[in-house]
Amino acid sequence: MLYREAGDYKTSYVADSQTFPIKFDRYGYYILLGFAFLVMPLIINDYWANSIVVPFLIYAIAALGLNILIGYCGQLSLGTGGFMAVGAYASYKMMTAFPDLNIIFVIIIAGMVTACVGVLFGLPSLRIKGFYLAVATLAAQFFLIWLFTRTAWFYNYSPTGMISAPTREIFGVPVTGPRASAVSMYMICLCFLVASAWLARNLTRGSLGRTWMAIRDMDIAAEIIGVNPLIAKLTAFAVSSFLVGISGALLFTVYLGAAEAGEAFGIDKSFLVLFMVIIGGLGSIFGAFAGAAFLIVGPVLLKLLLVNSLGWPTDLAAHLEIMIVGALIIVFLIVEPHGIAALWRTIKEKLRLWPFPY
Amino acid sequence: MKMTKLAATLAATMVVAGPTLADTLHFPSLSYRTGPFAAGGIPFADGYSDYLTLINERDGGIGGVPIRQTECETAYNTERGVECYQSIRNDNPLVLQPLSTGITYQLIPRTMEDGIPMHTMGYGRTSAVNGEVFNWTFNYPANYWDGASVIINYLLDENDGSLEGKKIALLYHNSAYGREPIPTLTRLGETHGYELVTIGVDSPGQEQGSQWLQIRRERPDYVVMWGWGVMNPTAIQEAANIRFPMENFIGVWWSGSQQDVRPVGSGAHGYKALAMHGTGMDYPIYDDMQQYVIDAGKYAGTGDEVGTVLYSRGMYAAMLAVEAAKKAQEIHGVAAITPAMMRDGMANLEITEELMAELGLPNFGPAFSVACENHGGSGAAMIQQWDAEAGEWNLITDWIEPDRDLIMEMAMDDSLAYAAENDITPACLN
Repeated sequence: MLYREAGDYKTSYVADSQTFPIKFDRYGYYILLGFAFLVMPLIINDYWANSIVVPFLIYAIAALGLNILIGYCGQLSLGTGGFMAVGAYASYKMMTAFPDLNIIFVIIIAGMVTACVGVLFGLPSLRIKGFYLAVATLAAQFFLIWLFTRTAWFYNYSPTGMISAPTREIFGVPVTGPRASAVSMYMICLCFLVASAWLARNLTRGSLGRTWMAIRDMDIAAEIIGVNPLIAKLTAFAVSSFLVGISGALLFTVYLGAAEAGEAFGIDKSFLVLFMVIIGGLGSIFGAFAGAAFLIVGPVLLKLLLVNSLGWPTDLAAHLEIMIVGALIIVFLIVEPHGIAALWRTIKEKLRLWPFPY
Repeated sequence: MKMTKLAATLAATMVVAGPTLADTLHFPSLSYRTGPFAAGGIPFADGYSDYLTLINERDGGIGGVPIRQTECETAYNTERGVECYQSIRNDNPLVLQPLSTGITYQLIPRTMEDGIPMHTMGYGRTSAVNGEVFNWTFNYPANYWDGASVIINYLLDENDGSLEGKKIALLYHNSAYGREPIPTLTRLGETHGYELVTIGVDSPGQEQGSQWLQIRRERPDYVVMWGWGVMNPTAIQEAANIRFPMENFIGVWWSGSQQDVRPVGSGAHGYKALAMHGTGMDYPIYDDMQQYVIDAGKYAGTGDEVGTVLYSRGMYAAMLAVEAAKKAQEIHGVAAITPAMMRDGMANLEITEELMAELGLPNFGPAFSVACENHGGSGAAMIQQWDAEAGEWNLITDWIEPDRDLIMEMAMDDSLAYAAENDITPACLN
């Protein structure tokens, strides 16, 4: 009923192949975008922006990136934390070496640097697959963190090895550093997220995305029909690392403000983003958002509920939070092994027929 | 139905978030009772909370205004620390004590911008002693560089004034915290002629096999440790395993609590650590503590940490905060002080031996005074040694002064570099 396709005629190929072919979806998407860009900045308060929305936006970019690699190209990676660290340290070096460079370019260049590093560590994927590749990317994670904690050049020889983001402005409005307002931080992350999602969506449904999926589904068959595995795998690593690098750069410059490689970008970051992708749904753009929302917003809401509303002790709440989130992950994977995105797809199918089930 | 209830509760949470009660003094506690560092976080948080409870119960608050305590769990994680900070910053927090160098680094610029004082007692950014740059950050009575210098001064004393040709290994937690003493130890090595070997242990520090292999190979005369959490007992166990002489193994004050030595049993006998304050229950304040807090059932946590090293430290931190609040009330003549007034109280804090005795903590901490040019207090510390048979820490020295001139000179360089990076014109606020 809600998802009525009746009367929604497509008269051109362009119209038929658009991202949201159903009118209801399309308008929902426009309304959501309008809400995010026009209404949210007016109503969001500091706590919500800083503790919930901004980290959600940033992790959604990372999940998008990893989803391209795992969900679309089938290459398992555990190096996400390390690649985020590359983005963070690249942006730090750019910010301190070229103080006048606009922060937007800094973040994009940081993404590009990460893409190069990602391609480098993606080379083994040409020879090894599956769990063995996971181990190789795990090595990337440990090597990169080791590099950033032991090489003083990366943290400009500061005695503690911490990097901290100086204040940078866009059109006179500070977006990084302590003076940045919640709204400006929200807006820059939102812009990067929308651009990343647009990029990811259009790459994955174009010819490049089709070669990735061909490699994922059966690499030998893909090679026989003329897909070059070298190009397909390395572009997947490049695009994925680019997005992950942008998210690492945003996490450091906009959200954290100060970071150190081992603490902020450790192996648990890699697993966090991997869980987002798996819970959200492999091979789905919506899944990246759903997974990030589940794992970032969920625990904070749970904390607010247990500690602020019910007044439970903080340590009990923290332990319960781990247990509840863990249990929810298991429940989700049992009820819907293909993630929240698949759940959403089922709901959509049902809504299409509702209220007449046959 | 269930979902709607949950949603309703969540919606209620959003509306209620951030109530402000003007007639109380808000002392937040960014604690960690979970995660790999909980063993250190729990006693500190308990001590901090119990002292504030005592002030409320016995004195009816500070200057007649009751204290309101809130607690936020950081799990020693910087991201959660930022979340905690955001949740309390609009709630008039009088002073922040994150008990984490990583979180401190993140909060320094934010607290400067928001005008909220932060006290990092014995941790955090050392160069915050320069109050002209770090107006809102205080690290009295001692900081890491003081600690490093006190250890070297102690060793100098042990070796008849010369460390020429000695080899000292620094075993450090590979984080901002553990790396803090390296510049000082390197500089002091140039002056005193010892060789410094730095050996990092990655967080959380349960794996130290290769590090102790290296220590065995290097054969240092002394091992100095900057460890925290599970790293401490592991290192002491490893040292016992290779039969490293325990009296030559010295930890910083974060590596010298009961939790660190007890798991090693008799092997830890003779292990030394810095002490920035006294320990144990032999202080008059514990009579009041027993009466008003413990017997009344108002203690924080499970109440089994009372009197331990880190409990004492939490209590000491709370005591200094309360004294600063009293000073602020005295300066401004207002009982319900704001964070900005609290800053003035901290910047003019003066702790004398008479005051400590009056509070029921005679000789517990050093006498010191804070000024705009010196947010770091005296920097003096004692050395304590673990007696495994008796199961207690014994103080084996009096207060040892650090090489303050050198530290101030280094802190000046570092803080001015920070000021230049962040466009701060060094100046006193008052």
